[in-house]
Amino acid sequence: MDEIVLMKNIKKRFPGVLANDGIDFYANKGEIVSLLGENGAGKTTLMKILYGLYTKDSGEIFIKGKKVEINSPKDAINLGIGMVHQHFTLVNPFTVTENIILGLSSNRFIINIETSKEKIKEYMKKYEIFVDPDAKISELSVGEKQKVEILKILYRDIDILILDEPTAVLTPQEVKELFKTLKILKEEGKTIIFISHKLYEVLEISDRIIVLRNGKVSGERDPKKTNRRELAALMVGKEVFDVISLTPSEQKDVILDLKEITALSYRGHIALKNINLNVKGGEIVGLAGVSGNGQKELEEIISGIRKPLKGKIFFKNIDITHTTPKERINLGIGRIPEDRMDLGLILDLPVFENLVVECYDKNPFSGKLFLNYPKIESYSKKLIEEFDIRTPNLIVKTKTLSGGNLQKCILARILSMNPEFILAAQPTRGLDVGATEFIHKKLLEVRDKGGGVLLISEDLDEILNLSDRILVIYNGEIMGELKRGELTREDIGLMMTGTKKEDLHATT
Amino acid sequence: MPLPKFRLEKRESVPNWFRMALPFIAIGISFIFSSIIILFAGKNPVTSIYSIFYGALGTRLGLMETLVKATPLILTGIAVSFAFTGKFWNIGAEGQLYAGALAATWAGISNFNIPSFLYIILLLVVGFIAGGLWALIPGYLKAKLKVDDVVTTLLMNYIILYLVTAILEGPWRDPVTMWPQSIMISPNAEFPKLLQKSRVHFGLIVGLLVVFLVYIIIKHTKLGFNIRAIGANPNASNFLGINVTKTIIITSLISGGIAGLAGVGEVAGLHYHLTENISPGYGYTGIVIAMLGGLNPIGVLFASFFFAIIITGAQYMSRATGVTSFIADVIQGITLLVLLAMLILYEYRIRRVE
Amino acid sequence: MKEIFTIGFFIGLFSATLRMATPLILATLGEVFCERSGVLNLGIEGIMLFTSLIAFLTTYFTNNLWLGVLTAIIVGILFGILMAFFTVNLGVSQHVSGLGITLFASGLSLFTYRQIIGSPQIPPTIETFKTLTIPVLSKIPIIGPILFDQYILTYIALLSIPIVSFIIYKTNFGLSLRAVGENPEAADALGINVYRTRYVALIIGGGLMGLAGSFFTLAYFNMFLYGIVGGRGWVCIALVIFANWDPSRVLLGALLFGGVDALQLRLQAIGFNIPYQFFLMMPYVLTIIVLVLVARNAIAPSSILKPYRRE
Repeated sequence: MDEIVLMKNIKKRFPGVLANDGIDFYANKGEIVSLLGENGAGKTTLMKILYGLYTKDSGEIFIKGKKVEINSPKDAINLGIGMVHQHFTLVNPFTVTENIILGLSSNRFIINIETSKEKIKEYMKKYEIFVDPDAKISELSVGEKQKVEILKILYRDIDILILDEPTAVLTPQEVKELFKTLKILKEEGKTIIFISHKLYEVLEISDRIIVLRNGKVSGERDPKKTNRRELAALMVGKEVFDVISLTPSEQKDVILDLKEITALSYRGHIALKNINLNVKGGEIVGLAGVSGNGQKELEEIISGIRKPLKGKIFFKNIDITHTTPKERINLGIGRIPEDRMDLGLILDLPVFENLVVECYDKNPFSGKLFLNYPKIESYSKKLIEEFDIRTPNLIVKTKTLSGGNLQKCILARILSMNPEFILAAQPTRGLDVGATEFIHKKLLEVRDKGGGVLLISEDLDEILNLSDRILVIYNGEIMGELKRGELTREDIGLMMTGTKKEDLHATT
Repeated sequence: MPLPKFRLEKRESVPNWFRMALPFIAIGISFIFSSIIILFAGKNPVTSIYSIFYGALGTRLGLMETLVKATPLILTGIAVSFAFTGKFWNIGAEGQLYAGALAATWAGISNFNIPSFLYIILLLVVGFIAGGLWALIPGYLKAKLKVDDVVTTLLMNYIILYLVTAILEGPWRDPVTMWPQSIMISPNAEFPKLLQKSRVHFGLIVGLLVVFLVYIIIKHTKLGFNIRAIGANPNASNFLGINVTKTIIITSLISGGIAGLAGVGEVAGLHYHLTENISPGYGYTGIVIAMLGGLNPIGVLFASFFFAIIITGAQYMSRATGVTSFIADVIQGITLLVLLAMLILYEYRIRRVE
Repeated sequence: MKEIFTIGFFIGLFSATLRMATPLILATLGEVFCERSGVLNLGIEGIMLFTSLIAFLTTYFTNNLWLGVLTAIIVGILFGILMAFFTVNLGVSQHVSGLGITLFASGLSLFTYRQIIGSPQIPPTIETFKTLTIPVLSKIPIIGPILFDQYILTYIALLSIPIVSFIIYKTNFGLSLRAVGENPEAADALGINVYRTRYVALIIGGGLMGLAGSFFTLAYFNMFLYGIVGGRGWVCIALVIFANWDPSRVLLGALLFGGVDALQLRLQAIGFNIPYQFFLMMPYVLTIIVLVLVARNAIAPSSILKPYRRE
């Protein structure tokens, strides 16, 4: 076998996280290698290093046997490496042809669309990827857009294609077509690196599978000799862990009820398909799943900043589907957003103002017109103490606080209003152990006092530790519901990667 | 082709001394550039700039005139500053000033039979409402339809200017002189003078009062909180329950109203009638004032006086040194550009690329 | 009343329409370049004013009309570079940069004219361009005097439309330009220099605005007045939207607004009852209406108003 890509001992650190911890990776000519792993496992980082978008901290890269330094996408392209990103880099009003020839150094002063079109058609025939060269990108389906991205790379005579979660937004039909294309490319001698978290697909298309977990290689498998269960275990870990004993709480009535929610994403495709879920008082419901399977849209729907296409939301039997964020806050819904810096807080305002931003307009913090600063300040002081928020004083700008303390601000603000329901989206992402434990403690307190919590998290450990009930979301659908301790990590991992609960036993 | 040889590196925080020093550094740099231009005109920049300050502050007459010029500038400056705080880019203060002036003139030449202090209040009220309504149109369009406020507020300036001209050349044309200006307003409506033998009038008090009120609103009211929040992060504000649409609309109303008061002052306190040139661009100067003052009421107050000095002093300077008074307009433009260039230093540090 | 609207009246009107559309066409084409690359250039009003002054002064002192045109173009280019410095190198607010440039250029115009010329009783004038009467064609009844007896700058403006259209749609530069305006990340990923492309766009735009400025003082009018541009720069901003950022559609809007200009002058002369100012207002009211209609469908180049910085 012809080794065409070799990455040795790649290390890459970002503030707070070691994304690649000494990874060895290789790919052979004419092979389809899959990089499998959860979010944060390090797959995209590794490939962005290969494509020159990131610089490695240490390690070596060899292309076709020669040691190289890749400092920019231009270097990568010159070495024959191309990458199709999750978010397409296409110019929407342009035609397919224009997108493909854009920026080519071989372009003359006056572009001749016709000759280019003919040449593109040859490539289309050769690789059996067909799109109308005169169509505008805005008119194409997602699958067709992806074809254009691939053609763009092939047109530049790339030998090594990196595809980052290519099937994330494709229909099953389009996935079939993509796989057909990949097989043809393989026959033409191209090397394909396929980044994914979807087990079914990885097993179907790969010649070899490499699984990453927490920045390291956790295993390498031959798809013919492994199965989904084993891969899931490599992805999420097999350890049997001690289930923290939660005092069984009294389950109360349903507080939040989502009925048949269907919603679109910003990109215009269906992100949530007929979601039914509820949260009762006195319980924590954990929503497990790899990021990008509809969690963001679900969070927005519950928060009140996105309207569902279909379906209704009920809060204590009141229909709140068309209410504003303010109305939901007033009803007793607390929201910890995933995007804490851009949505959860107004960073340029002082700390104490962020602590009261959801309740400043009520007694005793303000009258009809004026704010009662003494009240607000003493209240904030109390919160800062109670929640141990590390800040030099009340009035510094919130953006000076560290990640953990920012989250504590949000938590303090919400909990001080005694909500009956909390939506916590990725609440401990990027936080240290201390801050994480603190937040977990507070969420459990809410539960113990009879409130309901919906915990959306990519961190399976967090979900397993805290939840009374666990739901798994994949591709905008609920794959199944399980009670605490009912299933193993592997099973849940399987559900996170496409297996419905009822089909779990059929995975060996 | 120009490629950046310096790199911009994100900063964590802005040292306080820098924040305070910035306007002064900007003024300094702008004086340097203006001096170069004066040199090109073959004149001595040092004596020119000196005579600006002497002309504005060195004589009683000059000082009085500076206060007269400061009056509308304080109001347009604070009007724009208020709007900018909430990210409502009000470039239309000039037009809103004219709207206020128009309404005040209407009230003034209607010769109502009411005591003086009521008449003055009436003028202020109708001027405020007119200015507010003139800003409401772009404000509403921005809040509900996301139409760009810079261009709409700017265009509204031209519309009202033509409206005023049409009225002054038409129904309100002075029948005695036949010039395009209105008749005098009722003496009962005139603003009282503040100082003997000067043109300084009640409008200055109005200006100072408004600055104080704006300070109170921004710092101590719920509305002010909303405005600051939206100015800092409209998305988060929306998520956190603030009614962004309503706040933008109210912001535009108040901002326009304040600019309208500037117009009232010029009519009722200075000229006593309406002319086409009642404002030589105070609304635009207000923009530079707002930015120079760092969108801070105290800063705006200082910046207004600064430009009042420049404008008044430039008149004196032109007689003393032969440099035309239009240097004030040049200084104004350069200051804005320099400020803009320096503001980038709030967010980024400049690092040389090795 | 009826005697006024003769054939002669209309020929005069349409001929004037084409004349007054000239600077609108040129400046709008310039703004199209800027906006297509993703930069809103609000300096257009100030640049047109200052370049009209430069054109006037150059011709006044050298008696050479074409030199006046040349200097106007060069100064326009310099302002284009200034705008590029703020919006591309510094990446600051395009709105405020443009306004700052307009304020600066306007102030500089007032200052320079007064400083150099002073304020004489009779302002100085120059010998403007004469209209170029094209033999034979200009004798065609009706169309002849309208189309073929115009200033050379007008012919240049009309020719510019297909030329600019060609550059934008048929050249590699135009392709890169449009890509940068729509999706600078995509363009950057393919190796296109976003910064350089925007610089070139602003330079070309500034040059065209300078050319437009020269028309005011070297053809349309024979002297410099502070109000000579009178807000037409802002009208050009609207014309870009009206033309849907497509150079070949600039003509229609320019003729429309130029026609309004020409009409109100004539109505004034006739003593029409409606104040002529209402006609002068119309471009601005129309612009606002266009902006409202467009706000719903974002058909502007997508990267407009966003500075590009590679992280």
